[in-house]
Amino acid sequence: MITLFRKPKPGAAPRRLTLHILRCNPADPASKPYLQAFELEEAEGMTLFIALNEIRATQDPSLQFDFVCRAGICGSCAMLVDGRPALACRTLTRDYGSDITLAPLPFFELIGDLSVNTGKWMRGTAERLQTWIAQSEAVDLDALEARMEPALAEAIYELDRCIECGCCIAGCGTAQMNENFVGAVGLNKIARFRLDPRDTRSDAEFFELIGDDDGVFGCMSLLGCHDLCPKELPLQTQIAFLRRKMAVTGLY
Amino acid sequence: MEIIHSDVLVIGGGLAGLRAGLAAQKRGQQVIILSLVPPKRSHSAAAQGGMQASLANALKGAGDNEDVHFEDTVRGSDWGNDQEVARMFTHVAPKAVRELAAWGVPWNRVEAGERTVIIDGKPVTLTESADAHGLITARDFGGTRKWRTCYVADGTGHAMLYAVSDQTIAAGIPVHERREAVALIHDGERCHGAIVRNLIDGKLSAYVAKATCIATGGFGRLYQATTNAVINEGIGAAIALDTGVVPLANMEAIQFHPTAIFPAGILVTEGCRGDGGLLRDVDGHRFMPDYEPEKKELASRDVVSRRMEAHIKAGKGASNRFGQHLWLDITLLGEAHINHKLREVKEICQYFLGIDPAKQWIPVRPAQHYSMGGIRTNADGAARGLRGLFACGEAACWDLHGFNRLGGNSVAETVVSGMIVGEAIADFCASTAGELTVSTALIRQCFERAQSEFAAIANHHGKESASLLLREMQATMTAQVGIVRHGEAMNAAVNTLQDLLLRSRDLGLSGRRSGADPELTLAWRLQKMLKLALCVSYGALQRTESRGAHFREDYPQRNDADWLKRTLASWPNSEQTLPTLNYESLDIARMELPPGWRGYGTRDAIEHPLTAGRQAEVEATRAALASSDRHAVQAALMPFRHLLPAHLRGDNARIGQHPGENA
Repeated sequence: MITLFRKPKPGAAPRRLTLHILRCNPADPASKPYLQAFELEEAEGMTLFIALNEIRATQDPSLQFDFVCRAGICGSCAMLVDGRPALACRTLTRDYGSDITLAPLPFFELIGDLSVNTGKWMRGTAERLQTWIAQSEAVDLDALEARMEPALAEAIYELDRCIECGCCIAGCGTAQMNENFVGAVGLNKIARFRLDPRDTRSDAEFFELIGDDDGVFGCMSLLGCHDLCPKELPLQTQIAFLRRKMAVTGLY
Repeated sequence: MEIIHSDVLVIGGGLAGLRAGLAAQKRGQQVIILSLVPPKRSHSAAAQGGMQASLANALKGAGDNEDVHFEDTVRGSDWGNDQEVARMFTHVAPKAVRELAAWGVPWNRVEAGERTVIIDGKPVTLTESADAHGLITARDFGGTRKWRTCYVADGTGHAMLYAVSDQTIAAGIPVHERREAVALIHDGERCHGAIVRNLIDGKLSAYVAKATCIATGGFGRLYQATTNAVINEGIGAAIALDTGVVPLANMEAIQFHPTAIFPAGILVTEGCRGDGGLLRDVDGHRFMPDYEPEKKELASRDVVSRRMEAHIKAGKGASNRFGQHLWLDITLLGEAHINHKLREVKEICQYFLGIDPAKQWIPVRPAQHYSMGGIRTNADGAARGLRGLFACGEAACWDLHGFNRLGGNSVAETVVSGMIVGEAIADFCASTAGELTVSTALIRQCFERAQSEFAAIANHHGKESASLLLREMQATMTAQVGIVRHGEAMNAAVNTLQDLLLRSRDLGLSGRRSGADPELTLAWRLQKMLKLALCVSYGALQRTESRGAHFREDYPQRNDADWLKRTLASWPNSEQTLPTLNYESLDIARMELPPGWRGYGTRDAIEHPLTAGRQAEVEATRAALASSDRHAVQAALMPFRHLLPAHLRGDNARIGQHPGENA
């Protein structure tokens, strides 16, 4: 999917943008959430990364947000842009109207303003779902590596591309009702390790991890995750496939 | 004062820190890792194109081995690196790739049979052998004689970081996220941990450990135009410098990557050129063969970046409203290749430029990319100046890269150095030298000093703005201590930066906010970054030669006679406005590969008087051992295996001898 840019008319004056940002500082017990408007002039190719940093440098140095790579690969900067979860660093202001509303991702612990603690939740989920290659024996570092079909390696990478940004959780109906739900990020990881022959766990063992309403059977198939995933992971098919496999595993 | 104890404190949750922590923990040490951000968001994730290791599985890797990788790395470094370290590294790199494979990294694999690749702008059919089917494949990269760069599409760093991070979770190693080490706890001789600031609530605590390892990555954010993540501010190196006793080495050795998208500075991988992409100018002309007939687009990064800037200066740049640039053309690779092997590049082009790289050229211009210099360590990763302090990865000057790093050698260094240094840390902790004998008075003193540093900024109410000074520093570094350097400009830069350092002592914050106020955080970091910028610019000014990425118009030759040495910058007195520089010579008599021509770039080095003698010795040894195997020859020239942990010393297996391989 190629984003179609709104090309500015040649010679037109730059737009004035108003960013309405949901502010809250949990470190201050007196702080109540409120929307604060910041105005700035739009620049060519301006992203929310550029806009928010300009606001912090010139208008309010206390504004909190998270950016790391600013290239759409680290997953730090997910937030609600006009109500929709997205990676702020690669969101171009010219694709939006002159009023843009920014809010922190729901579901995750709020650190302040647009900054949420996705890292803590992701680590907890990784521990709960044991999202690693379980190693039974030590690797012989001097020997040739085990062979793998080239197509299988590519298929694993397809699922390995998740950047744990939290957009799928923020857009998930089930997660809004059940805070223990592992979400598309958790289910996709199980699909990834299940596909990987280096992981020796059986379906019965995966069932122990996700075979309940906090796992694959909690998904209501609203599939906001699939629509919102910035990496366009095939979440719809992975969740459906996993649910079939787990249903069969649960029956026998 | 909260005090948290562990055997090992690792500062930095990128690939190097995580891998070192894992190694130490597997040896029974209790490890805590600190990270500015959740570890999977570290800048290691941004490594796209791949990791060098001489597996020699792919057809175009036939005949590759540690010797070839070693020579490429030394030539790449422009003879500025530590050759023993380069040997250790090239020997362990295949082991690291194989370990990562077992940990789940979905390396791209060799597919037996015919395939079409683009070499030198033309399609070429290669036939991969059935023997190699399913083994890890490799792509071409700059400055290498073989296709050696193992890859996972163009998300190699991401896949590696996730696999290693998942292993640390499996091992139960706690990662304290959103924590920044703000000072080392030390008495001038021994490091006992660090004072750490919580970036959520702003509180300080003391982390006390037998061994402390700094793995905080590079400091690209000293520059305005950089591919680096916003967290790469070099604070780990800066707190080492602040001790006054730990030197930073070769800080002037800064790499500029040829293909950062213009003007955002976001990296597009060297894999684009490795896979056959071309550089073109305003006329659409492929200009690199005019300058570099042998390696063309795939000369080392310092050479390509310099040629690009020269071509722009000669009036051949394309331009858009932000300024001048050149074009990276990957349209000839075809949509299928881009969709499978260069998908991050495709996304970056779509989102940040609004173009489809399968159909349109990518506007690029070199930008700061990597810091070859850093905390000076020995081959074990032990920092000079303080016992109990270690460093690895980009934060360290282990000195694998000298004055120019080869593409694919940095992400490889993270894991390889983590494996080696983590073992050395475990050895240290297990030895009597590792016993913890710190006094609580010292901890309190270091804690209170850090506390007062923050209070001094918060309560000063001066007239300067941290964000303005930061921008001025970044603009100065990019304009005056960049790809092409000159004494006059650097002199001006050093003066500007000294002035900025003085002004940074008169900061005024606009308001107070409870928690970790981002304005206070920035103000505190600014003073540290200015000191690093002075180490870079003053070191560059003093080095009156050109070597690797350090290129001076006023001293264009590499000068081995006077400058075959490492710069050591230290800051013994906090009132100084310039670092104290010392130098350590590189010992030609111990070099396996004495200085010579790199095989690309200009050939005009001023020779060291000992070079010819060592070259004759090396040739005599090779002649005398002509019938011995390559390992025996290597061991006679420069033994290195004793420097490695015992389990990393074995020979690396490769599939059968390829035709034409010189055993």
